[in-house]
Amino acid sequence: MQKDLIVSIKDLAFGYAERQIHKKINMNFHRGKVVAIMGGSGCGKTTILRLIGGQIKPSSGYVEVDGQIVHKQGRKGIYELRRKMGMLFQHGALFSDLSVFENVAFPIREHTNLSEEIIKDLVLMKLNAVGLRGANQLMPTELSGGMARRVALARAVALDPDIIMYDEPFAGLDPISMGVICDLIRTLNDALGATSIIVTHDVTETFAFADYIYFIADGIVAAEGSPSDLKKSQLPFVKQFVHSQKDGPVPFHYQANDYSQDLRL
Amino acid sequence: MLDFFEKIGGTIRSKITRLGAATRLFFSIISYSSDSFKRFNLTIREIYFTGVLSLVIIVVSAFFVGMVLGLQGYYTLQKYGSSEAIGVLVALALVRELGPVVTALLFAGRAGTAITAEIGLMKATEQLSAMEMMAVSPVARIVAPRFWAGIITMPLLASIFSMVGVLGGYVVAVPLIGVDEGAFWSQMQANVDFNYDIVNGFIKSVVFGIACTIIALFEGYDAPPTAEGVSRATTRTVVTSSLAVLGLDFVLTSFMLTV
Ligand SMILES: Nc1ncnc2c1ncn2[C@@H]1O[C@H](COP(=O)(O)OP(=O)(O)OP(=O)(O)O)[C@@H](O)[C@H]1O
Ligand SMILES: [Mg+2]
Repeated sequence: MQKDLIVSIKDLAFGYAERQIHKKINMNFHRGKVVAIMGGSGCGKTTILRLIGGQIKPSSGYVEVDGQIVHKQGRKGIYELRRKMGMLFQHGALFSDLSVFENVAFPIREHTNLSEEIIKDLVLMKLNAVGLRGANQLMPTELSGGMARRVALARAVALDPDIIMYDEPFAGLDPISMGVICDLIRTLNDALGATSIIVTHDVTETFAFADYIYFIADGIVAAEGSPSDLKKSQLPFVKQFVHSQKDGPVPFHYQANDYSQDLRL
Repeated sequence: MLDFFEKIGGTIRSKITRLGAATRLFFSIISYSSDSFKRFNLTIREIYFTGVLSLVIIVVSAFFVGMVLGLQGYYTLQKYGSSEAIGVLVALALVRELGPVVTALLFAGRAGTAITAEIGLMKATEQLSAMEMMAVSPVARIVAPRFWAGIITMPLLASIFSMVGVLGGYVVAVPLIGVDEGAFWSQMQANVDFNYDIVNGFIKSVVFGIACTIIALFEGYDAPPTAEGVSRATTRTVVTSSLAVLGLDFVLTSFMLTV
C-alpha cells in the first residue's frame, strides 16, 4: 500500500436484498486531497460512505482504511478506525435532545477527558468556523435545514479527524454559506492534512475546488479524473452530468415497467 | 391451503427471529452495562424521565384502586361478619398482585411507549447511525441507561402504588364505612408476611421491570425508520408488554404459591 493512500476501495460489490447497488467499485483516496464522488440520485453514494465507515458489509471486495480492512475488524477495531473519521450526514442527524453546543461537544466529551473550559473553547471555535457561534444555545428544532447541516459539520470535525466524509454538504445552502463551506472544507483539509471525501450533486462547486472526482453509474466507476481532465472528457455520461442534460446515458427514472403499459394505454 | 400454512410458518419464523434479536440486544446491554454504571448520571436522568414523570399516574390510579378494593371487599366480608379483615384483604391484594401488575401495565403505557418512540425516532433521523460513526455505541449511551433506569424504577413505583393503595382502602373503610381503625391496621400488620408477601411482590416487580423495559427498548431499536414504523412499534410495545406482564404474573404466582 502506498504511504499516502488512506482509504482504498477494491472490487467492491454491495446490494440490498434483491437489488444490486454496486457491482465493482475501485477508488483510491490520498492523504491531503479533496475527492468528490458524484452520480445520479440513488446510485449508491451514501452507501459508499456507510461502507467506508463499516456500518454495512460488502458482499465482495473490501474497503481498506489506513491499512486495515474495514469489514474484518471486530467491534473494538472498527471503533478505533471510526475515531479517525468524521462524517457529515445528509440530513444532519443532530441529537434532538441536546443543544447546538452540546451536540458539538458530544464527541469531545465521549472521547477525551478535557476540562469544561477547554471543551467550551473548542466548541465555540468550531461553531465560529461555521458562523453559528451565536446559535450555540439553540435546540436543533430551532434551526433551519442549512444551519443544522453547518452545526453537523462543526460536530463532524470536532475531534480533527484524518478522514472527513461529507454527504451532500451543499444541499439547501444559500450561495454565501456555500462559499463559506467550500472554503472551510479546503481549510480544514489543508490545515489538518486531512482527507475529504465529498458526496455531492453540485457540479459547478465541485469542479471548482475538488482535486479528483469519481463518477458512479450502474454500480461501477464510470469516469474519474481531475476536474480539468473531466471537463475535456468526451464520455457521453460525463458530458451529460457536467452540462446537466436531461437525456443521456444516465436514466432519470428508477427502473420501471413500460410507462404506457403502467397507464394501461 | 398451502398458502395458509406458509403464512403461519412465516409469522412464527419472524416471531422467533425477533425473539432472538431481542435476546441479542439484552446480552449486548449487559455487556455494555459497566459503562452506564461508570456514568451513572445518564441512568439518573432516565430514572427521572421514566420514574418521576410516571408518579402522578401511579399515585392517582393506586388511590382509586385501593378505594375500589375497600368497597368491594367490605361488601363481601360483612356477609361473613369479618369486615375488620378488610385491611388484610386490601394490603395482600395490593402487595402480592395489583401493585406489581397494575404498575407494570401503567409503566408500559406511560414510560414504555415514550422509550420506544424516542429510540425509534432517533433511529429514523439517523441519530443512532451518527453516534455509531462517532465511535460511540448507541447501546452503551442510549439503550443501557434506559434499561437500568427501568429496572430500578419499577419496584419503587410498585411499592408506592401499594402504599397509596392501602391509604385508599383505609379512606373508604375507616372514615367512610366506619370499620374500626385499630382492627384495620393490626390485622394487616399480623397477616402480611415480609418474606412471603412483600419480597415476592418485589421479585415480581423486578421481573416485570426487566420485561417491560427490554420490550420497549427492543421495539424502538428494531423499528423500521419511518413514521409508520415507529407508530406501529409503539403500539406493539403496549400490547406485548401487557401480555408479557400478565403471563409472567401467572408463572411467578404459581411458583411462589408452591414454594
Ligand atoms: N436500507 C435500505 N434497504 C434497501 N434499499 C436501500 C436501503 N438504503 C438505500 N437503499 C437503496 O440503495 C440505493 C442507493 O442509496 P443511497 O442512499 O446510497 O443513494 P445516494 O446515491 O446517496 O442517493 P442521493 O443522492 O439521492 O442521496 C437506493 O436506490 C435505495 O433505494
Ligand atoms: Mg445520499
